[in-house]
Amino acid sequence: MDSSTFFGLSTVAYVLSMILYIFYLAFRNNQIGIIATTFAITGFLSQTLAIATRWKEFYDLGQMGFLRAAPLTNLYESLIFFIWCLMLVYLIIEFKYRNRSFGAFVTPVAVLALAYIDISGMSRNIQPLVPALQSNWLLAHVMMSFIAYALFAISFSTGLMCLILRTERRNETAYIFWTLMLSVFVITLGAMGLDFLKFKLVVTGQEELIHNYLFKASFRSGSALVSALSWAISIAVTFLIWRFGHSLKKIIEGFHLSAEILDDLTYRCIATGFPVFTLGGLIFGAIWADQAWGKYWTWDPKETWSLITWFIYAFYLHSRLIKGWKGKKAAMVAVFGFLAVIFTYLGVNLLLSGLHSYG
Amino acid sequence: MKKEKGSTFIDKIWDMFASVKFAVIIFAVIALTSIVGTIVEQQVEPEKNIVVLTKLFGESVAPDIYNILFKLGFMNMYHSWWFVALLLLFASSLIICSIDRLPRILKLVNEPIHPIPVEHLGKMTIKKTLDIRGKIPDIKQTAETALKAAGFKPSEAPTGNGGLQLYAEKGNLSRLGVYLTHISILVILTGGMIGSFFGFNGYLQLNEGETSSVAYKDPTTPIPLGFEIRCDNFEVYFYGDSDMPKDYKSWLTVIKNGKEVMKKTIEVNDPLKYEGITFYQSSYGTGMDTDSGIFVLRVSSKDGKSAEINPMLNDKFTIPGTSITGHIKYFSPALALDPEGRAYTYAQQMLNPATYIEFTEAGTQKYSGWFFRRYPNTWILPDGNKVEFVNYWGVEYTGMQVRKDPGVFIVYFGCIIMALGLYITFFMSHRRIWVDIARKNDNIKISIGASANKNRAAFEGKIEKLARILGAGPEGKK
Ligand code: HEM
Repeated sequence: MDSSTFFGLSTVAYVLSMILYIFYLAFRNNQIGIIATTFAITGFLSQTLAIATRWKEFYDLGQMGFLRAAPLTNLYESLIFFIWCLMLVYLIIEFKYRNRSFGAFVTPVAVLALAYIDISGMSRNIQPLVPALQSNWLLAHVMMSFIAYALFAISFSTGLMCLILRTERRNETAYIFWTLMLSVFVITLGAMGLDFLKFKLVVTGQEELIHNYLFKASFRSGSALVSALSWAISIAVTFLIWRFGHSLKKIIEGFHLSAEILDDLTYRCIATGFPVFTLGGLIFGAIWADQAWGKYWTWDPKETWSLITWFIYAFYLHSRLIKGWKGKKAAMVAVFGFLAVIFTYLGVNLLLSGLHSYG
Repeated sequence: MKKEKGSTFIDKIWDMFASVKFAVIIFAVIALTSIVGTIVEQQVEPEKNIVVLTKLFGESVAPDIYNILFKLGFMNMYHSWWFVALLLLFASSLIICSIDRLPRILKLVNEPIHPIPVEHLGKMTIKKTLDIRGKIPDIKQTAETALKAAGFKPSEAPTGNGGLQLYAEKGNLSRLGVYLTHISILVILTGGMIGSFFGFNGYLQLNEGETSSVAYKDPTTPIPLGFEIRCDNFEVYFYGDSDMPKDYKSWLTVIKNGKEVMKKTIEVNDPLKYEGITFYQSSYGTGMDTDSGIFVLRVSSKDGKSAEINPMLNDKFTIPGTSITGHIKYFSPALALDPEGRAYTYAQQMLNPATYIEFTEAGTQKYSGWFFRRYPNTWILPDGNKVEFVNYWGVEYTGMQVRKDPGVFIVYFGCIIMALGLYITFFMSHRRIWVDIARKNDNIKISIGASANKNRAAFEGKIEKLARILGAGPEGKK
């Protein structure tokens, strides 16, 4: 079997496990939970095989060393690897904490990333490496960055859950913060879903996606009516989430996850992700840039945004240690940190390059 | 333990720098201004940023905003005096903050662990008590072995009435990991500053066969190298017959005082270093001077007469056995057609070489068209004659990034320290443990107290294990 068969299998397994985890949450039936976990593990194993096979396929093209053939060279492959790390960290947590409620929050992130791959129609072809990418430092850099991103993604969801549990009043800053964050996520997803329905898989590339398709079915629609309607609906959704956010709290309370455990999990993910990100993301990235271009740091937007992300997580660690911030305030910083991660990873390419290109 | 609140001016400044609030403000200002620097493109022509600002703020105010940002130095902000000043403030805050807290941390590190009264053990963050049967020396033996297995070196103190206390600590130096991390930031900043004050970043474009004794900061500012560098040859390798480069290499020779002192083939990710100056392969292209390029064409008539010729641009040739002449009019190293079918050159590299040839017979024009080296189907003429485009020998140039950075080793050294410091900070901890063994009626009462400044859960697990060993050990013998 070739890698795409395994990728297909893992996608199906992840989608099924997501549905089952959500059922598990709703019905609290242990058998469903076990099946959900089984699917998650199946998905993970077949994804592992898929990555390994793709690695081998790439290597068999026979044009570079074994390490350099690691399938981590483009957006598609790096997203796949991100999903893999995310599921790995999730499964470890599930076994360590013996609690699978959390799966209903993590598997959607994985499925979302898979959906994004589909919607954007990004290239899945095995492409040969341009000279600048032929470096082992790059491999270590990308791999460690994504491990850190996966940990930060988990800290984002635990942080968000912690906020949901900890907030009482609707006019609290923390409450407004998390309902807003959730709304932005839901709305972005919805808008991307519409794009998908409207344009199917006609998109050919990243640039084109941004310029011609992203949000074209809603906010950026040619028709003023549609775009006004999109904004109105967004505001309504935000209001509804704000108004009925407390019902989410009830669901999470049903998880038997206390705010303390969530706070601790958030901290641990960041305390592991931070050193990994520092070494892999910043230091190895700098070494690679030094070898490829002769400058270890050029303040280009991607580097600068990684630095800002790093600052935010450093701030999180310091605020906990020095000011003893726990719970709400720390969780807000953690949520914020992951937004910076997303921006570093996608926003810099999508928004800034859009801004910087003519037309 | 806290230092008296400062009263003199110096003390006030000191306190300000030592305060976390100040550090956070600087942190935030650096982050926010950096964001501006990622939105306005750095060191580019003004038009580019005016376009960006127009998109953001509209046409009417964009030029004014541009002027304000320009005056404030935002167009090259990471090298502006105020950004460097911010970095220095950040560094000072870090230094002073660390010095301020150092005595307390050193005390924690140096203060040896000592036995503590059993009542206090109950107030520790990790605690455990057991009542078991057995003899004190046996239990002590078991406890000591278990502690040693866990990497501790226990000391022992009698507590009266035949009882005793074992106590141990490890990893007390790990509290200094934070300092290592902070120092590494200073080291990296220092390295960066040294690099930008005493080094340079330049560019050098060399045609094959050409020699240079300077590099260029920008087209009008040469920087002397102190030696000469010559490009002997340049080659590009492609993946299969795509126009995707797999590798490019330059064969370089360093000449000092008229003698060849070094030869090296550089490629991307493998630079040449000489006397502190490094040459990185960064780009390449075909010399603009297409007049001196030589074509290799194999021309054959439809009845099989053929000849290999080496014309240059604007030369004429005849197809053997016929009276048809070709006139080489244009050359492009990378030709593409736009949607309307017009030809244009999309790169200066030899990605898709093509030549335009016009054919005439007895003074009348017959046909003309583009011949691509990559595409043999373009070689056949309408009348069945053939012009094979075999090769083009043009002068290629190699583009190199030339850098001198005396600070780079300091930066790398700082990175190593940072990795080490973070490892110590996050994956090691200062662990202390006390095991009190006392007689209580007929039984033995064991009280365990312990603390760890990091990863407490993991340590708690170890204590559970210790308690299990102590509970099971002596009893097992009965
Ligand atoms: C980006 C820059 C910085 C990094 C990467 C960094 C890194 C760290 C790390 C990893 C810790 C340990 C946190 C933990 O154990 O959870 C720490 C602690 C600390 N940092 Fe920073 N730091 C930075 C900047 C600063 C600055 C500017 C100050 C000055 C106010 C500062 C003051 C402290 C203090 C006081 C501690 C606590 C040390 C203790 O245990 O007593 N840090 N830092």
